[in-house]
Amino acid sequence: MSDSITMQVFRYRPETAAEPTWDTFEVPAGKEWMVLDALNHIKDHMDGSLSYRWACRMGVCGSCGMTVNGEPVLTCATYLTDLPAAEPVRVEPLKGFPVIRDLIGDIQDFVHKLKRVSAWIVREEAKPLAGGEYLQTPHELSQFKQYSMCINCLLCYSACPIYRLEPEFIGPAVIALAQRYNLDSRDQGSEHRMDVLSQDDGIWSCTFVGECAEVCPKHVDPAGAIQRYKLAASIDWLRSVLLPRGRR
Amino acid sequence: MDTSSHDVLIVGGGGAGLRAAIAVSEADPSLSIAIVSKVYPMRSHTVAAEGGAAAFVKDNDSLDDHAYDTISGSDWLCDQDAVEIFVREAPEEMIQLEHWGCPWSREPDGRIAVRPFGGMKIERTWFAADKTGFHMLHTLYQTALKYPTITWYDEWFVTRLLVDGGRCQGAVAIELATGRIHTLLARSTILTTGGCGRIFPYTTNANIKTGDGMALAHRVGAPLKDMEFIQYHPTGLPFTGILITEAARGEGGWLLNKDGYRYLQDYNLGTPEPKPVKRSMELGPRDRLSQAFVKEMETGRTVESPYGPIVHLDIRHLGAQVIDAKIPFVRELCLKYENIDPVQDLIPVRPVIHYMMGGVHTDTDGATSVPGLYAAGEVACVSINGANRLGSNSLTELLVYGARAGRSAALHSRTQPKADSGILAQALDEERRLRQDFLDKTTGKESIAGLREEMQQAMESGAGIYREAQGLQSSAEKISELRDRFSDVRLGDRSLTFNTDLVACLELSNMLDLAGAVIHSGLERRESRGAHQRTDHPARDDERYLSHSMAYYTMDGPPRIEYLPVTITRWPPAARVYGE
Amino acid sequence: MNKDYKLHHPAWYRRQMQIFWWLKRFSYTKFISRELTSLAVGWSAIMLIALLWAAGHGAPAFDRFLTLMSSTSLVVLNIVAAIALLFHTLTWLHLAPKAMVVQIGRYRVPDRLLLIGQYLSWAAATALVVWYFGGSR
Repeated sequence: MSDSITMQVFRYRPETAAEPTWDTFEVPAGKEWMVLDALNHIKDHMDGSLSYRWACRMGVCGSCGMTVNGEPVLTCATYLTDLPAAEPVRVEPLKGFPVIRDLIGDIQDFVHKLKRVSAWIVREEAKPLAGGEYLQTPHELSQFKQYSMCINCLLCYSACPIYRLEPEFIGPAVIALAQRYNLDSRDQGSEHRMDVLSQDDGIWSCTFVGECAEVCPKHVDPAGAIQRYKLAASIDWLRSVLLPRGRR
Repeated sequence: MDTSSHDVLIVGGGGAGLRAAIAVSEADPSLSIAIVSKVYPMRSHTVAAEGGAAAFVKDNDSLDDHAYDTISGSDWLCDQDAVEIFVREAPEEMIQLEHWGCPWSREPDGRIAVRPFGGMKIERTWFAADKTGFHMLHTLYQTALKYPTITWYDEWFVTRLLVDGGRCQGAVAIELATGRIHTLLARSTILTTGGCGRIFPYTTNANIKTGDGMALAHRVGAPLKDMEFIQYHPTGLPFTGILITEAARGEGGWLLNKDGYRYLQDYNLGTPEPKPVKRSMELGPRDRLSQAFVKEMETGRTVESPYGPIVHLDIRHLGAQVIDAKIPFVRELCLKYENIDPVQDLIPVRPVIHYMMGGVHTDTDGATSVPGLYAAGEVACVSINGANRLGSNSLTELLVYGARAGRSAALHSRTQPKADSGILAQALDEERRLRQDFLDKTTGKESIAGLREEMQQAMESGAGIYREAQGLQSSAEKISELRDRFSDVRLGDRSLTFNTDLVACLELSNMLDLAGAVIHSGLERRESRGAHQRTDHPARDDERYLSHSMAYYTMDGPPRIEYLPVTITRWPPAARVYGE
Repeated sequence: MNKDYKLHHPAWYRRQMQIFWWLKRFSYTKFISRELTSLAVGWSAIMLIALLWAAGHGAPAFDRFLTLMSSTSLVVLNIVAAIALLFHTLTWLHLAPKAMVVQIGRYRVPDRLLLIGQYLSWAAATALVVWYFGGSR
C-alpha cells in the first residue's frame, strides 16, 4: 500500500471562473480509507474551500454520491485500495446533474418527480387508528420490500444515459419508489400513478440499458421495476382497448 | 434582505420535524409551514437508526410496564408525567406511521412483530428489519410531500433565532446554494435539529450532528437540561464508530472479552443463559454495559486492536438465516467496513458516543421557556430519558413529542399577531455579523479542523464514561480557551456559493457552546447516576440531585447551572436492578 | 431554494454528454449494439415481404428473386443480419425475465428457470417448424 495517493478533484467556483478546473492533491492514505476520508483530509488540512456533501458515512443517507474514475459511487463506501493503484483518483460531481459548486450537484428535480408520482400511501378511505394496523403478511411485505430500500443516492440517474440525454425522464429511482407503493398491499393508488408513469417521460422513455441496477448500492433493481411496470401498463392498456367499460 | 413569512417554522427535517409538520397540517390545514433543513430531509440522522421503536402493543405487555422500564432505565431522573404521556400515546403514533406505509416486520398472521431490547422486561420494540430509522424517515418524508402547505427550504442553515417582545418570531438562515441570507418570520418555531454527538471524537453520529438547535435556543435564553448525560452505545465499530444495533443482542448476541468470557455476569447484570433474558446480561441498559467495558479495559481483559481496546460481539450462534432475516444490515456493515462476516467471525466493538439525553428544556407540550419556541426529538429534553435512555425509545419519542410539539405550535401560532418590525433590525445585525466576523475576515490563524479536534479530545478525556473533578475542570478550561481562540479562526472559503467551510465554522461555534454546557453541568453534579459516573462521587444522591441540571447561557463565561426537581408521579425512586 | 427554484439557474454548470458517450463504457456499447440489431429485424421483415411478393407473382419473378438472393453481397448481408438477429434474440430472452414476476403460491420462480423455460420453448417451436416443413412435399 503506497503512502500517498494522488487525487484529482473537480472544482467549480462560479464567482471566480465560468469554467471548472481540476485541482491535484497528494493525500496520505491510510490502509482502510474510503474516498470520503481522503476528501475530508483535503478539506481539513489542505484546502478548506473544497465543498461536498456527506453525513452518515455508513452508506444509508445517500448524501455522498460522486463520480469517481468515471463510475457513480458512494464515496463513503469506496475503498481507495479498490481503485487502480498507479493512477490518480479522479473525483467529480455525479454526472447528469447541474453543478452548483465543486462536487455538489442540484437534485431538486428528483424531489419534484417524487411528488409527481405521488410517492406515498394513497387510499380512498383510511382505516381508523383504533382499528389497529393493516394486516400485512411477511409474503405481502416481500412484494415491495426491495423497492423500499432506496436511499435516494441518485447514482442510478447518473448511470442512466437516457436521463443524461433527456432530463425530463422521470428516472429509475422515482419509478422504483412508485412501484414500491403500487405493490404495497395497503396502497390503492396504482391507477393514479399509472396516468403519470405511462406518459412519454415516464416508463416509455426507458430502453432498458440496465446500468441503473448495476450501480445501485442497495440492490433495489430499478431496471426490473420499470420493465415489470411496462408489462403491467401494456396489459392495462390492452384491457382498456378490448374492454373499454370494464376498466375503471 | 429577503423575508418570508409562515405560521410555523420547523428547523430540522428529521423524524421529529417531519412528524411535527404533518401534525401542524392535520391540526389546521390553513397554516403555512416552513421546514428548514441544512441537508435534504432524507439525509437526516434519523435514517441511521437501526434497532426499532418501542410501543405497547402485545397482550403480555402494559403501559405501566413500559413506563416502569423507562423510569428505572433513566435512573429515576426522567419526569414521570412526561413518561406516562409518552407510553400512552406511543401505540397510536406507531399505528399511524404504519397506516402511512412504514414497512414494519410482521408476524406470520400479518400483525406487527416485536423484539426484545435492552432494559425492557417485555418485548415491545417494533422493527423494520434492522433499518427502522431509515424506513421511518422515508415514510415520514414521503408522507409529508403530499401536504401542499409545506414549503421546503432544503439546504438552508439557520444561524440565529429571532426573539423580540418576549417571543420567538422566526430565524435568520443562509440559503447555502447562493449564500444569500434570509429572514424567515413565523408565529411559532419548532426546533427539531437533533443531538450533538460530534463534540466527541468517536461517535455513531453523522457529520451533521452538531447540536445547532441546542445552541440556538441556548443563546436566546432557553436553558439546556441534563446536558451531562451522554449515552455511549456499547457496540460501535472501532475506528469508524459505525453503529451495530442493539437488536444484535436482542436476537441473542453475546459480548465476550479477550478470554471469550461473557464478562457482563461480573457486573450485577445477571447470569449468562444461552438465550437472551430480558433486562439481563447483554440486554441490560446501555450505561451499565459501557461502564462494564471500561472496567474490563482497566483490568486488561479487553482485546487489543489496531484501533484501541475492543471486545467481541458474537452472533455466530444465531446462524445465517436469522441474521439475514432479522439483522441483515449488521452483516452488510461488518462485511463492508470491517471486512468480516459475522456469520463466521467475531465483531470487534467498543462503546461510542451515540445519544444526548439532555437538550433544550421543554414541557410535555414541547414548549421551551421562550414563548413561541418549541422543541422535540433529541434536541429536546422533556425529559423521558433522564440519566440513561433505553434503546428504541427515541424513535418513538420523535413521533409522540414531534406530534405534540406540532399541535401546540399550531395552536399557539393562531393566537399570535404577525412579527414586530423591530425584528428586522435584529436580522440585519445577524447578517452584518456573518459578513464581518466570517466572510469578509482575512486575518486569523486558527483552523476549524484544528480547534474541532482539540475540542473533541478535551471532551473525550474529561467527559468520558467515568469522570472526576480534575478531568472535568481541565476540560472546562480547555473549552474556554478554545472559545477564545475561536474568535481568531480563519475560513478557508469566503465565497458565497455553497460555502461548506462557513457551515463547518458556525457548527464549531455551536459545538463549543454545548461542550461548555456539558462539562459544567457535569462538574456541578456531584453524584453518579445513569450515564454520568463520577469516580469521586460514586453513589447516587437522591437527596440533593433528584433534579435536572439547567444550564443558562452567559455572554462571556461558563454557563450558569441551576436545578429543577424531577416530577415523580407513581414510581418513587428505588434501586435500579437488572439481571434478576 | 424552493421558492425561487428555476429549472435553469444561470450560474450552475452543465456538463454536456459527449457524442460518443456510448463508446466510453462497455455496457453502453453493448446496449447500443443491441438497439442497432433492430435494423436486422427490419431487414428480415423486408426480405420476407419481398419473398412473399415474388412467390405471389409467378415463377419468373420468383426465379429473379432467387438469383438476387444468391448474389455474394446479399448472402454476406443476410449472414450478418442473421448474426445480428441471433444477438437480438439472445439479449431479449435474457432481459425478458426481468419484466415477468411468476409466482406459484409463495414461491417466486427465479429468473434462471424462466430463462431455461424460454430456451425450451424456442427449441420446441424450432423442432415443430423443422418437422412440419422438413419432409419434401
